[in-house]
Amino acid sequence: MTKAAHLRSRARLHNPKNPRRSVLFTVLTGVFVLYSLMPLVWLAINATKTQHDYVSTFGFAFGGSFALFDNIAQTFAYRDGIFGRWLLNTLLYVVVGAGGATLLAVLGGYGLSKYRFPGRRGLIAVVMGAIAVPSTALTVPLFLLFSRVGVVDTPWAVIIPSLITPFGFYLMQVFSAEAVPDEMLEAARLDGSGELGTFFRISLPLLAPGIVTVALFAIVATWNNYFLPLIMLTSEEWKPLTTGLNDIKLQTYSAAGGQSPLQNIILTGSLLTIIPLIIAFLFLQRFWQAGLAAGSVKE
Amino acid sequence: MTAAAKIRTGQRRRNWSGWVFAGPFSFFFIIVFIAPLAYAIWLSFFQPKMVWGVSQGEEFVGLANYVRLFGDPNFWSGVAGVALFLAVQVPIMLAISMFLALAIDSGRLWGASFFRVSVFLPYAIPAVVATLMWGFLYGARYGVMASVNNALGSSIDVFSADLIWVGIGNIVTWEYIGYNMLIFYSALKTIPESLYEAAVIDGAGEWGVIKAIKLPAIRGSMMIAVIFSVIGTFQLFNEPNVLQQMSGNVITTYFTPNFYAFQLAFNAHNPNYSAALAIVMGLITMIVAYVVQLWGGKGAEQK
Repeated sequence: MTKAAHLRSRARLHNPKNPRRSVLFTVLTGVFVLYSLMPLVWLAINATKTQHDYVSTFGFAFGGSFALFDNIAQTFAYRDGIFGRWLLNTLLYVVVGAGGATLLAVLGGYGLSKYRFPGRRGLIAVVMGAIAVPSTALTVPLFLLFSRVGVVDTPWAVIIPSLITPFGFYLMQVFSAEAVPDEMLEAARLDGSGELGTFFRISLPLLAPGIVTVALFAIVATWNNYFLPLIMLTSEEWKPLTTGLNDIKLQTYSAAGGQSPLQNIILTGSLLTIIPLIIAFLFLQRFWQAGLAAGSVKE
Repeated sequence: MTAAAKIRTGQRRRNWSGWVFAGPFSFFFIIVFIAPLAYAIWLSFFQPKMVWGVSQGEEFVGLANYVRLFGDPNFWSGVAGVALFLAVQVPIMLAISMFLALAIDSGRLWGASFFRVSVFLPYAIPAVVATLMWGFLYGARYGVMASVNNALGSSIDVFSADLIWVGIGNIVTWEYIGYNMLIFYSALKTIPESLYEAAVIDGAGEWGVIKAIKLPAIRGSMMIAVIFSVIGTFQLFNEPNVLQQMSGNVITTYFTPNFYAFQLAFNAHNPNYSAALAIVMGLITMIVAYVVQLWGGKGAEQK
């Protein structure tokens, strides 16, 4: 097929500059975009309202006054600044937990794809089986184990379980098999480079896109984790944003029997909780697709 | 294989140096997965021993916890709840995801990348925040639902026993349509150009291309999406947990199996029974995931 014919045939089905782009189809599909963005728009609008405006104005309309900055100040002042503490805790769990999870998954996945060692097949089978085990099924027994060794209600109780991501491990295994040529490793070995040295000097740069993908999944999973901290932590000062936010909700609901007098703090806190993730998400979005492609197509 | 390649492969002999890399992961994997799994199995064979209301440690009861579980209506009501959820919410969600993936891939949308990013965005939102937002929207007194009811003269209450599962289904759908869409979309992106060219030469129309090329290409990722959805649904906890106080008494302490396990371990102080429940749910999940895999594999052979 000639180049021109190739382009022509491609154009008929797939060229993004295809003149057959349909306004009607776009609008129909746009319903789902609306659905996806609507609650977030609602959250952003209502985080700018005072408590009074919240109950007296329509959900998708702005209130009489723009109270966003006042709400943010109130959120950080709530109970002697506990929200700021929760934010720092979340950052701690993300940096140590998700960071550690990425490191372990990268090293492990790389080792599995580039070395043949005794027990390798068994390890693969067990970890793949673990993907199907509901992690919450293990959280209660883990809590009981942790309480025996006195780890419960400390940051470690959240960090240690966050360190393992079977899916990330699997992604890294698939990714290293493709991204790092065996010939390159052999050449480095012949030059007298040690295994760890070879990994850091040669393999790590090649693995960078895969590492970003695994890190993204680990960061979102850790930032958003709810069940684990709910079970492991009782002290307010170690909670992350997710269980903290739910605590504000619990207190106001039990106090007011349905109507929440701390509405503005819950909504503003929610908005502040998701903004860092949305920013990271938008800037790094191409890595998501790369990861899901590697994970779902290469089975 | 060339001779040189053979020598290279031969040189990559079995030795223990791979454990330098796999060791740290394996160590924590044992702590976080294997140890609690083994401990849960161990626990499930015991029962707290109470004498005159005072705990006297644990006694071995064999399979009694499992026998009790199979006759426990609270457990089965939770299982029925998530099974119904699996049968209704998951197909709807995956159908929307597939439609969106095909639509975005079709090249017929204006601003397709905007579509892709905005539909995927909810995946980055914590379940707690997603549920709080939707919970406030559902509110029959101050929420947007109240405005809808006022406008229509209706009295829809999502927090009623009839609609609570619909409300939760909507939240889960909202959270995951983009994630599943991206799984399908990534699979569509791996279709080689030559297939499309061949289809054009054969005179296939757009529907023909979808049926003959795109849907078979999605098949593998569909299986993955179904398995992930099965695992997620059987674990359902966060959304009903956050909604619980907002919705009055509609959400019981045994609303889903996971809810019941939580209640048993922390409120009823019976971690042994809770462990038995967790193991049975883990087994059910693995069996369903395995059946899905068999069914997917069988379909692929028939193709």
